[in-house]
Amino acid sequence: MTTHNPRSRHLSRTGRWLRGIAGLAILVAASEVLGRAGIVDKTYLPPASTILSRAIGLAADPDFMANVLATIKAWALGLAIAVGAGVLLGLLLGGLPVVGTAVRGVLEFLRPIPSVALIPLVSLLLGTGLATETTLIVYAAIWPVLFNTIYGLQDVDPVAKETLRTFGFGKVAIMWRVSLPAAAPFIATGVRLAAAVALILAVGTEILSGFGSGLGIFIGQAEQGLDGARDVLAGTVWAGALGLVINTVLVQCERRLFRWHAAQSGGRS
Amino acid sequence: MLQIEKLGHYYADHTALEDVNLEVAEGELVSIVGPSGCGKSTLLRCIAGLIRPSQGRITLNGREITDVPDNLAVVFQDYSRSLLPWLTVRDNVALPLRRRGRSKSERQAAALGALQAVGLADAAHKYPWQLSGGMQQRVSIARALAYQPALLLMDEPFGSVDAQTREDLEDLVLRVRKDGMTILLVTHDIDESVYVGDRVIVLDRAPGRVAADLAVGLPSARDQISTRELPEFVHMRAEVGRLVRGQAPPGAVL
Repeated sequence: MTTHNPRSRHLSRTGRWLRGIAGLAILVAASEVLGRAGIVDKTYLPPASTILSRAIGLAADPDFMANVLATIKAWALGLAIAVGAGVLLGLLLGGLPVVGTAVRGVLEFLRPIPSVALIPLVSLLLGTGLATETTLIVYAAIWPVLFNTIYGLQDVDPVAKETLRTFGFGKVAIMWRVSLPAAAPFIATGVRLAAAVALILAVGTEILSGFGSGLGIFIGQAEQGLDGARDVLAGTVWAGALGLVINTVLVQCERRLFRWHAAQSGGRS
Repeated sequence: MLQIEKLGHYYADHTALEDVNLEVAEGELVSIVGPSGCGKSTLLRCIAGLIRPSQGRITLNGREITDVPDNLAVVFQDYSRSLLPWLTVRDNVALPLRRRGRSKSERQAAALGALQAVGLADAAHKYPWQLSGGMQQRVSIARALAYQPALLLMDEPFGSVDAQTREDLEDLVLRVRKDGMTILLVTHDIDESVYVGDRVIVLDRAPGRVAADLAVGLPSARDQISTRELPEFVHMRAEVGRLVRGQAPPGAVL
């Protein structure tokens, strides 16, 4: 959940927006000045206006847009599988403590392996297509979903579960009607983290594998072309914008869906 | 309808209940009162089938309780944790009726009826956390009523609301009590046990056992002012008070 520190609470919504935009404007202006004044070599860091206009120009380029679409497809597919599998596995591990303890050790071993390190291995096994990309996305994105599901389930109020039990609801019904909805805000946070990780893996796998299509392919190949820095950075701007849009949409969804959660945790503290 | 024979329950470090014998007839409203730590809640949880007693047996309508019995509802003290915050008030009340195999429209209609009975029909579309504590507890009472259980258990149901709301809720229970519904109400409040009950069971402090079983000789129509000034009420509350306090060590907080 988003937490506001007491200071930022005093700022109005527009105030926060203005500050955010101001920060961005200063960054853009600084890069512009550095580039135009020749302090930094234009071939390494083109001025922001050049990058941004190129980024906007790319929207009209059907080849580029096909690349973006390919990345979004792989991202969505990988994330969907990760969320489905993560929640199911989390329910299993969180709902059956015996299984949970047994599997915990294996999970704690697998989790710290940086998924980027697996790119060569998986490429070797599955080739350089959607299968590799999706596999890596799933591997990286499943963790936040899985662990947030398990933690969310641990946090479910025993009184709520007991209440339904006394009304004669069975274990599965209680899982479905109490535990899952109660853990949903945690799971949603996990999904939001997973969405960001999935995008990193999508673009990263594409850059490293270097075949097929995708935003990462565009960035990887632009490196070799004329105006390399400009195109690489324009592609990066697209990747960043994608991440921003995804995060904003998910945060808004959480706010709408889990009003009860905010109200309750606010009331209890 | 409910028989408790030689019930005992032990936790790792202490005895919560020992040799509890109790019989409750259909339609009775029995108050169970006692100092804190006397095992009142443990007794209620045994009857609800939430915990298995270490000793003795409980039978409900001739069948021994080994798991949560059918036809039972519990009103917990912690209303805010007992209601589901993601469901509206009406959906909270309607949810248990799924166990009754009713259609959606029947469930919704029954829920609205129960909410009307507790005076909360207007709040049907609100969420529990938008209501005051007393209103939330009325919602959980409505939820129990809509379910029409044969046995209603209430565990310190008015322990977390202010004094005025408490009196209102006591009267609410007396008013909505349906014929044939058996109610067991656990409380540490001596006045409440007498005011609400047909019978008052006093439990000893650990190990909890039945210290007294008193019939309340008050007229069934009761109200907060006049009932409480009847000599019978004053006499009973003194008797129960002596029994409860007599068991507590001096200076103990009840």
